[in-house]
Amino acid sequence: MDTSKPFWIMRDHIKCTGCRRCEIACSLEHEGKIWPEASRIRIFMLFPGLEVAHLCAQCESPACVEICPVEALSIDLDLKCIKVNYEKCIACGKCIEACPGHIPTIHPTKNHIVICNLCDGNPVCVEACQETNFNCLYIVPRESSSQYGLFAQTPEEVSKNLAISLFGEKGKDLI
Amino acid sequence: MRGYAGKFIEINLTTITIKDFKFPESDLRQFIGGRGLAVKLLWDRLGDKWEEIDPYGSDNILTFFTGPLTGFWPGARLCISGKSPQSMGIVGSSIGCELPIEMKCAGIDGIFVTGKSENPVYIWVTDNQIEIRDASHLWGMRSIDFLKTISKEGRTILKKTYKNKREVKEPQSVYIGPAGENIVRMAAVVGKLSYGAGYGGYGAVMGSKKLKALVVKGHGPLPEPYDYEKTVQLIRELTKKILASDFRRRWGTSWFSYHAGNTLSSEPVKNWQEEWHNEKTQGCQWYEQRVWVKRYWADFGCPTGCMKLSTPKIGKYIGALTDNPDYELMAYAGTNLGIFTPEENVYLSSLLDETGLCGIQCGNVLGFAAELYQRGIITEKDLGFKLDWGDADSFANLIELIVKREGIGEILAEGTHLACKKIGEIKNIDLNLYNVTSKGIAIGAHGIRSGLDYPHTISYALSSQGGDHTSCAYLPIDHPTSELTVLLNDSGVHCNFNTYPEGTRSKLFEFYTSVRGWPMEKEIWYNTDAKRIIDIQRAALLLGSHELKWKPKIDDVNPKRFYEPLPTGPYKGKYKTEEEVEAFVQEYYKAMGWDEKGIPQTNELKRLSLSSVDVKLDKVR
Ligand code: SF4
Ligand code: SF4
Repeated sequence: MDTSKPFWIMRDHIKCTGCRRCEIACSLEHEGKIWPEASRIRIFMLFPGLEVAHLCAQCESPACVEICPVEALSIDLDLKCIKVNYEKCIACGKCIEACPGHIPTIHPTKNHIVICNLCDGNPVCVEACQETNFNCLYIVPRESSSQYGLFAQTPEEVSKNLAISLFGEKGKDLI
Repeated sequence: MRGYAGKFIEINLTTITIKDFKFPESDLRQFIGGRGLAVKLLWDRLGDKWEEIDPYGSDNILTFFTGPLTGFWPGARLCISGKSPQSMGIVGSSIGCELPIEMKCAGIDGIFVTGKSENPVYIWVTDNQIEIRDASHLWGMRSIDFLKTISKEGRTILKKTYKNKREVKEPQSVYIGPAGENIVRMAAVVGKLSYGAGYGGYGAVMGSKKLKALVVKGHGPLPEPYDYEKTVQLIRELTKKILASDFRRRWGTSWFSYHAGNTLSSEPVKNWQEEWHNEKTQGCQWYEQRVWVKRYWADFGCPTGCMKLSTPKIGKYIGALTDNPDYELMAYAGTNLGIFTPEENVYLSSLLDETGLCGIQCGNVLGFAAELYQRGIITEKDLGFKLDWGDADSFANLIELIVKREGIGEILAEGTHLACKKIGEIKNIDLNLYNVTSKGIAIGAHGIRSGLDYPHTISYALSSQGGDHTSCAYLPIDHPTSELTVLLNDSGVHCNFNTYPEGTRSKLFEFYTSVRGWPMEKEIWYNTDAKRIIDIQRAALLLGSHELKWKPKIDDVNPKRFYEPLPTGPYKGKYKTEEEVEAFVQEYYKAMGWDEKGIPQTNELKRLSLSSVDVKLDKVR
């Protein structure tokens, strides 16, 4: 896949195994250590079997950028991902509330937000997920579409849907 | 020494005290973590009065330990231990789940619990806070309700504690179901939906302490390994090797059921009366095509994903929810009960999971009861219903009685070994032929009579963990499936499966050195460190308890049934004779430095700096 042109990380939650190899890869890449809570992609498991890969959906018109009071967030024109200016960010958390999926996270020890930046074009989470053939995450070319933003979902929302898809009636009140 | 978070926590539930605990560096070096370190702690604290310790008493120590490799070696696990109510020795019972990662990320290597609470409680741990919380609202809950409740409750508490608006992840837990609460001797400690640390009976120990769960959320990184770059490079290499084989990945252990039944003749059928069948509906292809709704399901860092999620799509068992089931449960909640179809097998497995029973221990006792029924030794009058082979609903009824300890369930709740004694007394006949256990622990679903499965002649007769199929006595003692090898994984603490693919296990010692920064050598492990741990486990077994202990040599035999020739299948007529067993037993004693009765020898114990063990063993010499 050509990652020099804008692309999108597809997330096929039903295939997520919960191996957390994406969290391991992401935190090694961006923090130099294995640190699930500092990973830009986080795997939620509100109920076992309902693993949700939670990462930025790269909305067309991102609410997070708009709300930021100190203009710490911007859209990367080449990659169409969100760039965080760590110097400017005051960790107020307004972007978390504005994001329909509450996806940005405040770094567990530092005073700023973290959002997936597509590893500047070579997302290591996708690489980790592809290596095993679990294929929850994969790359697709980015087209002009409002669909992407639909995937800015909270872990609850995704889990509720997944529960029904996997378990039928039984899944109705799991979350 | 690196790779450790740096502290253990000791919790006394009687006095409600919480203390930090540090093992001296020499202990970490020799006993590593998980099973090894638990053995060390238990012996140091309880060794001199071992026989007096009631596993359900407040003196017993229940350990939840990680190890230095947890989170680094692919496939993280937690090891649970204590004085076992099943064997009266020490069993290291390991379980795959995310809890050990949360512990290490919270800065804790392990937690051990003494005392007894008066009311149901759970232990709540976050980065710098440990609390004993009320669990009366959770008591009585089966797994699904518990998981739903704790996920919501945990996240609510975390949202309050960490006020930074970030979406909080759910905490992870290990817990008991009603079986553990009712101190059913076969109760497991459960993780996720369907994983159980079953061997040992530590679910019952948790129940005796009124401890419903251990719930942890950590926010820090994993502890730094000594050589990070090398460690990551080794993880990458291992991953490639693990991915080279797709067998265990695609089908998990489920591929084994038809293979063991049809080809190896080692799968229990109807309480081990047979070990052969040719039922293709017990093949992984049926499960894959009919009931799996998630085809790869993994634990932290695991590229294998041997677990699956299954739920029946048709019939009266819609709504049952479990994993593959894995091979052990395909056998023990399937073939061993004369059940050969996925839907019924999934249903019974899910019931065992939900109620917090060890599927192996309980599947064994169900088979035992059904054979007594087949032979007219117990009847519909004793049970309240018929108990024919293959009748899933009757077995489900019996599981419910066991969990509630009602009717005959009161006796069967004690597990096959003790139930066999009790029913034998009541009926006044020797039922030992139907008791397929070793040292009080039901045998894993791998028979030894055909000689084709991996456990061999003395694997169960001499394991320091009795019937535990993961911890087999084996010759040579450095064989890949020997318990001295597996002990390393149980102490590490990580998954055995990710040490099977070619070129992985051979990296273990290098991996240890890279994570801990302490050069670790194969020679020293097999000759000294592993033997030290196994010798303590052996001593604990031989000392046992006043009411239940194992005689050296006399009890180092296979269950009676294994001396019957296989009655069916391509290996009809095969079994291991008493002479064959005895010859192997003596050879194993020698290899381990034990005397001709199987008691560790004084000079050997001196060499291993275990003089306290030597003194205690005088009682059984
Ligand atoms: S690497 Fe893929 S399968 Fe594994 S947790 Fe991440 S998204 Fe899920
Ligand atoms: S998903 Fe959330 S963080 Fe990502 S661009 Fe959209 S609003 Fe911003």
